[in-house]
Amino acid sequence: MLTLSWVLPLAGALALLVIGNADGRRDGVIRWLTLLVTVATFGVTLAIWAGFDSASADFQFVERAAWIPAFGIDYYVGVDGVSLLLVVLTAFLSPIALLSSWGAIERKVKEFSIFMLALEAAMIGVFISLDLFLFYVFWDAMLVPMYFLIGIWGYDQRIYAAIKFLLYTMAGSVLMLVAILGLAWLHNDANGAYSFDLLRLYTLEIAPETQRWFFLAFTVAFAIKVPLFPFHTWLPDAHVQAPTAGSVILAGVLLKMGTYGLLRFSFPLFPDAAAYFAPMLALLAVVGIIYGALVAMVQPDMKKLVAYSSVSHLGFVVLGICAMNVQGVEGAIYQMLAHGVTTGGLFLLVGMLSDRRHTRLISEFGGLKAVMPRLTAVFMIITLASIGLPGLNGFIGEFLIMLGAFRWDPRFVVFAGLGVILSAVYMLWMFQRVYYGEVTHEENAKLPDLVPREWAAAVPLCAVAVVMGIFPTLFLRPMEASVEALISRVQARQNLRVERLERPERPERPERPERPERPER
Amino acid sequence: MTDFSAIVPMLCVTLAALAVMGAEACRAKGEDLPLGGLGIVGLAGAAAGAVLLWNRNAASFGVIVADNFGLFVTLVLVAVGVLTIMFSAPVVRRDGLPAGDYYALILFSIAGMIMMACANDLLVVFIALEILSIAVYVLTGIRRDDPRATEAAFKYFLLGAFSSAFFLYGIAFTYGLSGSTRLDRIGAYLAAQALSDNPLILVGLGFLLVGFAFKISAVPFHMWTPDAYEGAPAIVTGFMSTGVKTAAFAAFARVFLSAFEPFSGEWAPMVWLLAVATMILGTVVGVAQSNLKRMLAYSSIAHGGYLLVGLIAANDVGKAAILFYLAAYAITNLAAFGVIALLGARDQANDELRDYAGLWHTRPALAALMTVCLLSLGGLPPTAGFIGKWYVFSAAVSAGYYGLAVIGVLTSVISVFFYLRVVVMMYMTDRPAPVAAAPASGLGMAALVASIVAILALGVLPTPVLNLAVASIATIF
Repeated sequence: MLTLSWVLPLAGALALLVIGNADGRRDGVIRWLTLLVTVATFGVTLAIWAGFDSASADFQFVERAAWIPAFGIDYYVGVDGVSLLLVVLTAFLSPIALLSSWGAIERKVKEFSIFMLALEAAMIGVFISLDLFLFYVFWDAMLVPMYFLIGIWGYDQRIYAAIKFLLYTMAGSVLMLVAILGLAWLHNDANGAYSFDLLRLYTLEIAPETQRWFFLAFTVAFAIKVPLFPFHTWLPDAHVQAPTAGSVILAGVLLKMGTYGLLRFSFPLFPDAAAYFAPMLALLAVVGIIYGALVAMVQPDMKKLVAYSSVSHLGFVVLGICAMNVQGVEGAIYQMLAHGVTTGGLFLLVGMLSDRRHTRLISEFGGLKAVMPRLTAVFMIITLASIGLPGLNGFIGEFLIMLGAFRWDPRFVVFAGLGVILSAVYMLWMFQRVYYGEVTHEENAKLPDLVPREWAAAVPLCAVAVVMGIFPTLFLRPMEASVEALISRVQARQNLRVERLERPERPERPERPERPERPER
Repeated sequence: MTDFSAIVPMLCVTLAALAVMGAEACRAKGEDLPLGGLGIVGLAGAAAGAVLLWNRNAASFGVIVADNFGLFVTLVLVAVGVLTIMFSAPVVRRDGLPAGDYYALILFSIAGMIMMACANDLLVVFIALEILSIAVYVLTGIRRDDPRATEAAFKYFLLGAFSSAFFLYGIAFTYGLSGSTRLDRIGAYLAAQALSDNPLILVGLGFLLVGFAFKISAVPFHMWTPDAYEGAPAIVTGFMSTGVKTAAFAAFARVFLSAFEPFSGEWAPMVWLLAVATMILGTVVGVAQSNLKRMLAYSSIAHGGYLLVGLIAANDVGKAAILFYLAAYAITNLAAFGVIALLGARDQANDELRDYAGLWHTRPALAALMTVCLLSLGGLPPTAGFIGKWYVFSAAVSAGYYGLAVIGVLTSVISVFFYLRVVVMMYMTDRPAPVAAAPASGLGMAALVASIVAILALGVLPTPVLNLAVASIATIF
């Protein structure tokens, strides 16, 4: 079942490869076929969600087969509460991204579709891999289609952005590769056999000094992906230059891989180092929250504004992860999902505007409310969700994160709270300048409103934003058991080491908390 | 009766080369003989011989051993030979190269390479080195009307002769100390005697190292490489950057990991320096190139550095990693040069980077195949190059060389930058490609598709070849 979820898009890509489309005559068929494949994939992931047992903290739908036995490398996949919804999110955003570029991509439709499907396959693969080698393969393989999507179908600075994206991400990930090899070798030292099995490596005892190096290697790779300040400079370029579909996927899914990686690998594999580095990471996260928000405020380009807002929002996620308590981590995962929906949605809607006017400058718009009321309404919902208005999805995540972070270290929350206010400032200001006031440019007076294809892309996003805001338990329930298991795994190993070193108490971190009260909606 | 079985593979290739020469001599003027086909028959014989000899550990004359290590390399070399001949077929016709000479030289040099991989005696290594080198010198300059090719051949020859002298000197020193040129006897002698304070052995070791470093174009002995690679016809460049390097590395690994194993403490730091310099210079200078062949020349220098990493690790992982990496690299690099060769024209090489602008629009299949090659050279999954790099660096990590592994992966990121420049040219510039070569020949495309399938197969399901590589190193050293 899980295998199907990534093999299906890949098979779709391979099938498209053999369809002849030299003159663009079959563009329509290819578009529909691609959409069909992504929708079917979404169906598969929904079925996985339906069959998921929320009460269990174990990995489910596990599939395992020997791949390279000489090195203990397996094809080993499974989902738990942490990854389940991210897989669903990936499959949910892929058809929407396709719809967003239905008309905008006019040349080389077949190749575009192939790269989109390959990208989806690799992204799902990243989230379901339980073997570090397999994970790394998907992690790196994902770069290639994204590189082509930005480089071929992007805007005018696309080549620079594509190369920067690829080199930045690769530079981080190759260091992770060395750390992965180091882990497998340590496992060989301890147990006499190489292993890339994540669950087995979780139980490996690693000296604190080594942990720090490995933690840094992993975390730099993930921090670049997140992107955590100061590793964020690739992001505005890539986001702005990518075609709409690419931006939606970048913002919606790719950035989550960084935070997912922190949660799945950095913290539980190296708990001592995590405890050591968590305050520094949190500091960077808070700097990113404020910095991203301030820079977003002064952007003249809507896409760039949304891109910097991602830096700010993802800072919250990292803060929640650093807190490493139930509220913080659940809030982080929730915020990852919410951010995927809202920021993906923002890029989608900005893309619609730029398709119509071929510009993304805020100053080129104004007074659109009278011209296109439906787009305005949709944009409003997503904007408010992004700000974190109660009742919409952004609120729950940020609230939980701040709750968790407050229990850990209130100082961070004070500054993070500023970010929430700032996000309202830059988002609403942008909204005001684009939609309210007089129509300042002649060309804007006759812009068409949403067409059915765009409705099809926008409505699911709005619906999910509302549902996530009103029924958070629906999404929190599946992750509860896994998050608790994760936290206890991290803390149990920290405590174990503490006992061995006969240190009376560790001051930095509170006892494992009981279940918190859910914010009632 | 001496056992001849170990020399069967090289015998097959040599006989094929002689047959090609004979056929060429008897050829009526204007008659088109399938000389390449003869070569492929010979290579197939060599492959069959290698398969039959597997696990037998045959030895002939005491100096040629057909152990699994040598046979694995033999199989890689046979693959290189077959692909080269398939790529060459259209090129020879298009460029009007003397077919008989060309194929005979290719086959002779492959015979020399196989011999080098299986040699168990320093003198035999030297003879094999000369057999393959002389053939390759001539191949480099086979386009006699091209001044660049002549210059390249001459440079290659002079520096090659120079390095041979170094190598021979190293043999002499080693012989003088240990009283033998047989690798096993040298190894036994060195292990028994505490010679580490004897400077002479280090001198001999150093000379041998320089000789090998020339052949695998390790920095700072790489000077000939960019010129020779740029001047030679593309397919010959592909052949020498893969075949010669494979054979030289096989011999390098055999000599240093068997005879001089006891001195790994002495040579490992030297090779460490070589490897680091090679990886860094190969990638950094590669970034500045605008000629594709020259760029791939620097890339192949860098790949030599990655192979050295496997050598330094000097453990079982490293040995198997060298073998796997050689196989992956040989196929990938040859295929990349195959694309260049197929895109060339008789009077125009079409090997500048800008010649590839917009290739995607005019020749989408070739562009896609080239992209796979480049991604594999850059070490991105799911290709053979990724598994190779991963294997080599896991060898480094398992031997505790974390620094080396970090330098290696970082330089490989730099190398990705220049591989991507080609991709950018092919895919992301809208100017139509000036490359207007005739439609690629069927044979050339078949070779290309076969290589790409192999690259992806090695990248996705490496286990069979990986196990083969592991089995290959089990019997020796």
